[in-house]
Amino acid sequence: MTPLTGYLLVAALLFSIGLAGALTRRNAILVLIGIELMLNAANLNLIAFWRYSPHPEALTGMMFAIFSIAVAAAEAAVGLGLVISIYRHAHTTDLDEMNRMKG
Amino acid sequence: MTAVFYIVAALTIAGALAAVWLKNTVHCALALTVAFAGLALLFLELDAQFAGFAQILVYIGAVAILVVFAILLTRGSETPVDTVYSRNWFWGFLIAAAVFATLGWAVLHSTNVLPHETAVPAVTVLQIGNALMSRYVLVLEIIALLLTIATIGAVIVAMAEKERAQ
Repeated sequence: MTPLTGYLLVAALLFSIGLAGALTRRNAILVLIGIELMLNAANLNLIAFWRYSPHPEALTGMMFAIFSIAVAAAEAAVGLGLVISIYRHAHTTDLDEMNRMKG
Repeated sequence: MTAVFYIVAALTIAGALAAVWLKNTVHCALALTVAFAGLALLFLELDAQFAGFAQILVYIGAVAILVVFAILLTRGSETPVDTVYSRNWFWGFLIAAAVFATLGWAVLHSTNVLPHETAVPAVTVLQIGNALMSRYVLVLEIIALLLTIATIGAVIVAMAEKERAQ
């Protein structure tokens, strides 16, 4: 097993754990935590591919990961703001109870 | 594969599992911090010092604190009496397992097209700064704009709404 394979497997496992968290938890904040884990797994892939690429001095994967971190931070701020706003309206963060738009 | 990699990877996976599985939401947020720290260590292990320290600053310094604030501002710190899992938890778990099986199969059965470089890339922070200010300057500006808009948007969304005049 090459080092790249090891990192890719860790990233795949992290992604699946995040996906499981986003799909199975009821609390909206924990769903956001799952999404953050998935974004981080993607970053790990980018950095691993950058490290073992033939031209790491081009910095492409590294830059992609850095910008991805910045976008993930913006996403977290907006997502948690939305959760607080929804909590103020519905007095719950339980996603199973948020079914007002259900047909 | 070094022993350091296995230890750090196990720490990261354990933190992520705890962040998803634990019942108490505050414990989940703290476990998430462990997972973020493990990821930062993995970045450092991959010789990406700048990304590793950015990960520590942004995720452990900002996102984890934001999550804890959001948990404490809502009543998320109270553990629900019945269950913390959604009604469709079985399907969610099944989908996640299927995704991991597919990704793992693809990773293990792929062939390397590119030569596997083992030399440590000699990249300094100076080079990263130069690249940010020359080749990637447009992206940098867009990211700056995006962060500003997202911050203002988050404040407006979370701001208490004024009572409408009758």
